[in-house]
Amino acid sequence: MKIVVCVKQVPDISQAKVDPETYTIIRTGVDAVVNPFDLYAVEAALQIKDNLPQTKVTAISMGPPQAEAALKEVISMGVDDAILLSSKHFAGSDTLATSYVLSKAINQIKDVDLIITGRQAIDGDTAQVGPGIAAHLNLPLVTDVNGIVEIKPDELKIKAMTEEGYLYYFLPLPALISIGKGIGEPRMPSLRNKSRARKAIIPVWTPEEIDAEYQKIGLKGSPTQVVKIFTPEVGGEVLFIEGEPPQQAERMVEILGQRHII
Amino acid sequence: MSIKVVIDRCVSCGVCVKECPVAAIAMNEENLPEINLDKCTLCGICIDKCPTGAIVRTHQAQKAQEDYDQYRGIMVVAEREDGEIARVTYELLGKATRLSTHLKQPVTAVHLGPATDQEVRELIASGADRVIIVENEELNIPLVGVRARALHDLVVDELPEIILAGSTSQGRPLLSKLAVKFQTGLTADCTGLDVEMPDRHLLQTRPAWGGSIMATILTAHNRPQMATVRPRVMRRLKPDYNRKGEVIRIKTRPENVEDPVKFIELIKESTSKVRLDNADIIVSGGRGIKSPDNFTLIEKLANLLNGAVGSSRPPVDDGWIDHAHQVGQTGRTVAPKLYVAVGISGAIQHLVGMQSSECIVAINKDQEAPILKVADYAIIGDLFKVVPEMIKALEKRQQ
Repeated sequence: MKIVVCVKQVPDISQAKVDPETYTIIRTGVDAVVNPFDLYAVEAALQIKDNLPQTKVTAISMGPPQAEAALKEVISMGVDDAILLSSKHFAGSDTLATSYVLSKAINQIKDVDLIITGRQAIDGDTAQVGPGIAAHLNLPLVTDVNGIVEIKPDELKIKAMTEEGYLYYFLPLPALISIGKGIGEPRMPSLRNKSRARKAIIPVWTPEEIDAEYQKIGLKGSPTQVVKIFTPEVGGEVLFIEGEPPQQAERMVEILGQRHII
Repeated sequence: MSIKVVIDRCVSCGVCVKECPVAAIAMNEENLPEINLDKCTLCGICIDKCPTGAIVRTHQAQKAQEDYDQYRGIMVVAEREDGEIARVTYELLGKATRLSTHLKQPVTAVHLGPATDQEVRELIASGADRVIIVENEELNIPLVGVRARALHDLVVDELPEIILAGSTSQGRPLLSKLAVKFQTGLTADCTGLDVEMPDRHLLQTRPAWGGSIMATILTAHNRPQMATVRPRVMRRLKPDYNRKGEVIRIKTRPENVEDPVKFIELIKESTSKVRLDNADIIVSGGRGIKSPDNFTLIEKLANLLNGAVGSSRPPVDDGWIDHAHQVGQTGRTVAPKLYVAVGISGAIQHLVGMQSSECIVAINKDQEAPILKVADYAIIGDLFKVVPEMIKALEKRQQ
């Protein structure tokens, strides 16, 4: 089987601190990491490879040249090879343009059986790029997959999470799935794969290599535009409920009642 | 859309360099600001802050949609949950009705799959001027491809200027597929919607970075304008059963309902009565509850409050509770009326998933716990003493 996993490099929010005055998240000086959901996507691909050893897993990422680090990280987990999509023409792409670029790259890789993305990126939080790629490529789509139950070369049995519970599907390939946390913890890099990642030469593809139309990428290809960014109002100080537990509990219940919350 | 510095107006004050949230602006050798377009997100902060108006947006010619004016009206995509029309659908109708007072255009509810007369009445009473029911039974099956094809045909017929759906596991992929087919803009998880007249632009406001900043987004040159909207944020109208509406029952083409994906079954999550996504009240447990058995304490409190059970990441990772209950970055983002955090210290990954809640109560032994930064009320003490007392106090109140 031939699998492409899409990964994104994002700021590491776990390093961020909350500003004690404005309660906003301080983002400066934060390292870049692989989007956590994309690590689950890589894990899903590698679970399939464990079952079907002939499987080849290629990771792709659209981003600045530094995003190479994210691709090396997933190679160290066991991904076979990687391609970086990087060009100033890609900058400013919204989800429509991004899904177009990734779909063009997947076309270029050719004969891909399965495309795997994370459920969403933790910086943008849109969950739109995976479904967008599926739409560009006219592929069947199942989102928020939290388990691969059966693996055959031309079909998967999968478990997807929704608000109502877990949905089970037979998914014929080729197809696209997005992956949630239930897939299982992403595996640790092995020594062998780490050394492979260090030596890996990651090709960089620009619009030329993927035959992308310039009108459809970057800012030009992005119908949405951000017109304003602002900090939301935040609540005031925390009120400490004093006393021994019985008094604390009664006081708390009383306040919630007065505020018509309960 | 792009951005540039008008050199004649620049006084080299450096304010833009300081204000840029993504460090995309730097002074060059001539002490003039240069904007790195690879980093720039076009947020516009520098435009607002520049004291001399030297930074401007440049509008590059975008493919003008000649039929731009043909697109009229607001379409709300209904969804079902647990065998009935989901609450988010009524919330969307409430919002759409308010937007329509500016746009002077009807609100159309689209229901993919059969709907009863009672349900249609409810949609009209809640703000729909027109209800289109696509009656094919197959649309009841949770297959996004089938729903997307049926909706696509309807949008081609109707040409709405705005399409709204819930920011849910159904709504997000559905509109994502549609946005690509129509090559138009889609904004996820909006918490605010407004229209800008006379351009009829939909101003879509959404949280970024777990709600620590908000962004307002619009789709200037493409139609339809599409957004998914976070459940429980918009207000539904008080139903008015005297409202009149047009009811249209149609069927989609048979080839639209054929799909290569085979749905097998739905296994409902049974560990809690109320689910996170539409709960008014959530009680969450963290590492502080010490053992999986102690989740019964959390459940008891949640049940008394008619709320849902949530969890921070550690109990999920340790297998104490299913991942469906996880609140936070790799779980669900929630914003209930009341969020009770029991024994949760408040790692930033948890805070981004719940800090938009209206009222936050933290029960924690540590007075320095980060959760207190976002909490409205803090009960400092032993949760194994405080929670049973809370249960007692609530039982007393309910008698």
